[in-house]
Parts: sequence; structure tokens; C-alpha cells
Amino acid sequence: MATAELCQTSFTPLPAKLPVEAPIHSLLMPLEKRLLNEFQHGLPLSSTPYADMAKQLGSSEKEVIRLLKKLQQLGYISRVGPVFEPRRVGYSTLAAMAIPREQLEYVADYISARKEVNHNYERDHRLNLWFVIIATDQQAAEQVLAEIEQHCGLPVINLPLVKPFHLDLGFPLWC
Amino acid sequence: MVLTDQDNRLIAAIQGGLPLVEHPYAEVGRQIGLSESAVIERIETMQQTGIIKRLGVVVRHHELGYVANAMVVWDVPDERLDTVGELLGSQRCVTLCYQRLRHQPEWPYNLFSMIHGFSRESVLSHIDEMVETLGLQDINYQVLFSGRRFKQRGARYQ
Repeated sequence: MATAELCQTSFTPLPAKLPVEAPIHSLLMPLEKRLLNEFQHGLPLSSTPYADMAKQLGSSEKEVIRLLKKLQQLGYISRVGPVFEPRRVGYSTLAAMAIPREQLEYVADYISARKEVNHNYERDHRLNLWFVIIATDQQAAEQVLAEIEQHCGLPVINLPLVKPFHLDLGFPLWC
Repeated sequence: MVLTDQDNRLIAAIQGGLPLVEHPYAEVGRQIGLSESAVIERIETMQQTGIIKRLGVVVRHHELGYVANAMVVWDVPDERLDTVGELLGSQRCVTLCYQRLRHQPEWPYNLFSMIHGFSRESVLSHIDEMVETLGLQDINYQVLFSGRRFKQRGARYQ
């Protein structure tokens, strides 16, 4: 169960005490946990970033590269790289639809197949399908939504971003 | 900062991740005809100007056991939006916090926050606690847990 220490306002690496662990975490080596947790932002901008990470971890460049590849193969990390601010590179918006249960899979597959869609989730609400569109500009995004509406014969609710409030320092694991 | 064609080539080259080799920036530069120092300098500028929010390990929550994913949506009075947004956005466990346009009448919520956890119970008790400690009892909110993930991938801008 969650405890009072789960939500803290400052970003800190691995807490000394791990209050809640999913089974998967017991399978990870301490070095792997540190790789996952301590380098979600601030990857060194040097000629040899992985060697710099190794130095910080008391490991070797070869080992860091090997473990990052392994964690990627296992699907625990999607990449080592940049996260872009969505409003600054292209245009993105969140959209929602209320889809009759028997049509949900069909509509979801149609939407997932579109290259402009990068997230597409079922959620437990009357509006049961939520997806993010990324396009070159607002007009192109609205065009995609119009096409989806027309193809599915169902209204799409467009919820464009107004203002971000979150400083993205990554995802604190084991919080 | 205005993005040049060269920047767009750089974004296209790194959006799927940096190569896991000894000199990743040099390798990216080789692919798009830039020197290692030019790649580093340009990424640094994109970070400073906020185009790149962060550079590092991008984890996959679900695969790491964070299977309960809640989108918590709040109907915040306009005059309190900035205060509540900053407050929620600074919570350690809130991974995203955005103001979005309301879509009346079916969608009155204007603040979106994302919270991940190991179980629905832990996420819900966590939200209760947040409402209590941040004094948000008078704000209407709803918790939408995710069901099936039909598609999830990093953004592709090019």
C-alpha cells in the first residue's frame, strides 16, 4: 500500500528504503537499478557519456553499454535519448472518443494504425478511448481528427494543450 | 529558437535514441554529416531553449511493474489554475501535468495529471492523500485508469 513517503516534492534518486516493490525489481541488479533511476536526465554531453556514467557508478564503460543494451532488450527502457517538448517540435493534441463496446477494438486498431498516433489507450470512462496525435501543425492534427471522425462515424473530442506545469525530470522509480 | 533543416535532421536522427557505442554523438554526426562537437553544441542549445525537456534513460513504466496508470483530471476554477497546476506538477509521483482546453458540456476538466503505481489501490490511496495534504478537497476530479494499451511509442516528429 502507498505510504506517506510516496509523494515528495524534490527529485531524489533511489530512496534508501524501498517501501513498495513490484516483483520485477527483485530481479534487477543494484547497478541496473541505478542506471534506470539516476540517468533519466542530465546524460553527459561529452564525447564519451557512457564512460562518464561508468565513472559515477564505479563501473566500466563496457559494462554500462552492455547493461543499457540488456535493459533495452528486456523492454525496461525504450531508449537513451531526448524527450522533446511537444509544443516546440511539431504540434500535438490529446483526443478522446466514446465508443460502443462492440466497436472498440475495431476503432482502436484503425486509430493505432495511423502514423500520427503515438499513444492509444483504453480508459475506464464513458470516453473510453484516449489517444495522442502528433502532426506538423495544428491544421494537420485537426485534419487527422476529422478523418477519424468521418471514418468511424463517431465524434472526437479534441483537448489541446494550453500550458504545461511539469518539469520533466523523468520517472522516479520505486516511489 | 528557430529550427533549421539541419536541426530537423538531428532530431530525426536522435528521437529514436542515441546509439549505445563509445562515442554516440560522433556516430550521430557521422549519419547526418555533422562534427561531434556540432552535435553536442546543438543538443545543448535545444536543452537550454526547452525544445529538449530532458536527455537520458527513458524507462517503460508498465514493463517495470507500474501497471496501474491513472489519468487524474481536475475541474479547477480558472483563477486557481496556476497555483494548483504548479502544486500538482511538482509532486514527485506526478509524471505529467498539463492544462488543456475544457470541452463543455461533456468535459469540464481543465487540468490533467498522470500518476503511476504498482496497483490501483496504491494509486487511489495516494491520490486521496494528495487531495488531503494539498488542500484540494473542493475541486471536482475524476480518476481514469488505463485499460488496454493499443499503442505506445516515443513521439515521431519527422
